[in-house]
Amino acid sequence: MIDINNVSKWYGQFQVLTDCSTRINKGEVVVVCGPSGSGKSTLIKCVNGLEPFQSGTILVDGTSVGAPKTNLPKLRSRVGMVFQHFELFPHLSITENLCLAQMKVLGRNHEEAHNKGLQLLDRVGLKAHAEKFPGQLSGGQQQRVAIARALAMDPIAMLFDEPTSALDPEMINEVLDVMTQLAAEGMTMMCVTHEMGFARRVAHRVIFMDHGQIVEDAAKDEFFGSPRSERAQQFLSKILQH
Amino acid sequence: MTLNLNWGILLEESATGDGPYWTLLATGLQWTLATALTGWVIALLVGSIVGVLRTLPYRPLALLGDIYVEVFRNIPLLVQLFFWFFVWPEVVPQEIGRWMKQDMPYPEFITAALGLGWFTAARVAEQVKSGILSLPRGQKNAALALGFSLPQTYRLVILPQAFRVVIPPLTSEFMNIFKNSAAALAIGLTELTFQMKQMVEYSNEVIVSIAAVTTIYMTLAFAVNRGMAWLEKKARVPGMIGGGR
Repeated sequence: MIDINNVSKWYGQFQVLTDCSTRINKGEVVVVCGPSGSGKSTLIKCVNGLEPFQSGTILVDGTSVGAPKTNLPKLRSRVGMVFQHFELFPHLSITENLCLAQMKVLGRNHEEAHNKGLQLLDRVGLKAHAEKFPGQLSGGQQQRVAIARALAMDPIAMLFDEPTSALDPEMINEVLDVMTQLAAEGMTMMCVTHEMGFARRVAHRVIFMDHGQIVEDAAKDEFFGSPRSERAQQFLSKILQH
Repeated sequence: MTLNLNWGILLEESATGDGPYWTLLATGLQWTLATALTGWVIALLVGSIVGVLRTLPYRPLALLGDIYVEVFRNIPLLVQLFFWFFVWPEVVPQEIGRWMKQDMPYPEFITAALGLGWFTAARVAEQVKSGILSLPRGQKNAALALGFSLPQTYRLVILPQAFRVVIPPLTSEFMNIFKNSAAALAIGLTELTFQMKQMVEYSNEVIVSIAAVTTIYMTLAFAVNRGMAWLEKKARVPGMIGGGR
């Protein structure tokens, strides 16, 4: 579904990604972790072309993201993305947030978009908030709406860029629950996250990044059981103590 | 010393033969309104486009926007009006220049409205740009990630927010354009300040003339201010910047 081949990226002289290669199959849940500045957010943003990269290729469902003739908006409309800071559109009501792209990008009519939006809002447990504005919801609620907004586009895969990093501890679980449910339904997911509990329960594979490189790319049990690289062992020992 | 103010002069027949003095001021007010409002429409349109250009990820377009702002912001309005009125018709192809000088209807008004609009556009552009840059970067990414094109992203997501942010500074610009329209008297537009000078010359009632015109300008600016405050309240979104609950 997502094929990343030898991707490298530079900001000027500084290399942020070095020869990253991995593959995410249909229905697979892959967690990307690593210390801050390791390039994980940059890598996930390359997948839907929000960040350009200078060498290598990324194929999403067979379409090359970096190719000049690729219709990026069309490709992006098929890949859902959830951001650290939610990024709901604050000037639009929750319902409008859910309907806007369905209508303007997919060309659905108002009723269709509205029904779909409300159905997904119900699914993330927020139907009662349909007419509110994003600024009136808590962080956890906003993030659940953001997930519903991405799902409303019927994506073939979902990208999560640290979806719980900006949340109060109490709100993290309500977001992880939605993600867990999504994974159980067979959604293809690439998640940049520090939530190792989530990775343990839900992920099929874990990718560990450091200094712009994929240091470890292993099945979940292997990763948590016996990580091969010393750097990953260190990282795990630091964050799993708690 | 006592001030001998003859307010009744406003109702007296003017020596210009155009009716009572108040009608002189009324005509002036009409031209001021027409010039400022036309100029404002131009300023908003051009300013928004230039402001947006300056935030685009295409260097040449952004540079074009920067040049516009630098040129129009760094030259005095009066000089700009003189340029458009006296120099421009000489620079363009002869045919067009001749038309401008001889056949163009209301040349003073058209020149003043355009000149004022272009001048103010540079300032509007600066504000629109800072409004756009004040938004979280993630908003653009979120819109693009949903599959919106860049124009859709601006139209549906970025500009509706940016304009809300810049309503207060735009209010100042809107008030300024009424006050700046007084400069058009220099190219002979019979706007309010021009008519004030007329009235001073013919009636010799300096204080009454200036006081009357001052009151009109203040009322205008106040009305604009209130109108924009109403707009700001209308556009307010719960939970958004300055929106309260």
